Amino acid sequence: MQDLLKYTLRIADTSLILGQRLSEWCSKGPTLEEDIALSNISLDLFGQANGLLEYASKIDGSRTADDLAFKRNEREFYNLQICEQENGHFGDTMVRQFLCDTYFMLFYQELSKSEDETLAAIANKSIKEVSYHLRHSKNWLIRLGDGTDKSKEKVQKSIENIWKFTGEFFEMDDLDNLMYANKIGVNNIKLKDEWDIIVNQVLLEAKINRPKDSYMMTGSKKGLHTELLGKMLAEMQYLPRAYPDAKW
Amino acid sequence: MLPKHIQKNKNNKDKMTKDKSTVWEVFIQSKNGLAHKHFGNVHAEDKEMALQNARDLYTRRNEGSCIWVVKSEHIVSSVPEDETSFFDPSNDKVYRHPTFYKMPEGAKHI
Repeated sequence: MQDLLKYTLRIADTSLILGQRLSEWCSKGPTLEEDIALSNISLDLFGQANGLLEYASKIDGSRTADDLAFKRNEREFYNLQICEQENGHFGDTMVRQFLCDTYFMLFYQELSKSEDETLAAIANKSIKEVSYHLRHSKNWLIRLGDGTDKSKEKVQKSIENIWKFTGEFFEMDDLDNLMYANKIGVNNIKLKDEWDIIVNQVLLEAKINRPKDSYMMTGSKKGLHTELLGKMLAEMQYLPRAYPDAKW
Repeated sequence: MLPKHIQKNKNNKDKMTKDKSTVWEVFIQSKNGLAHKHFGNVHAEDKEMALQNARDLYTRRNEGSCIWVVKSEHIVSSVPEDETSFFDPSNDKVYRHPTFYKMPEGAKHI
């Protein structure tokens, strides 16, 4: 059961942390319309995280979903490191979002075939949301990349900065192998071909050069993170930790 | 009557061109088979963005099954000054209303 708990937490944390990051755009979006779009996407991610954390709580048996979100420390979070990276400017956020959305789409398509009914159901529900997110981020990437000289230069830099975090999408460790062998989890390596096809196609349309694969960051599967996660959690978890009896 | 800003467009062209973003009117069909209704407007740079912004702004609570977006400048509107000549003449033409027929017994919702 500990294995399934950890596997579920990995998926949950990735949604939760990306959702929390995106929510920082709320009230700061470039336009009113985009502000709402970003908040909507953030809320979708929180919804996915909530479903997964409720499931994790059931497997765990003692902690609630809120406990899992607000009372774990940095080293107990298993989100992909790309999710905790800062929003930067709007182009940075859209590049990060596009790379993640493409991954989510492919990941949930595979997870929907899981023999674990709860994970399969959550995956099925998420596919609909994620395909809209992908449409949104893809269009922005094309608009910015194939836009003005300045916007093109900016997003080209964005993708080069974040590229080193894309290696984690396709990692497999012992737990992943075990989950895949038990027909519960996803073979992440298998996602890469399709991910490459979509990313290359959109980058071509956006007239952005694909960065070369060089050193890739790793560690989130073991709870290792960049220094950014700690600060995020300090803010996210402040209230429930300072006032443990606070109610929603 | 269409929202005021559309009516203003004609006289306010300078202001519109200074504002880089285009305004689009949003029409939403709440159910298959029903007419699209005017919901409001959004700012957007292109068609796809207009559609997505409309979706994000106006269908968050399951309001629709189809969205139309139309550039506001493409809508031709009568102006308040036209009101008398456009609409008043139909006031005294009662024969245009089907009020001289006898209602069949049992007919409802007419």
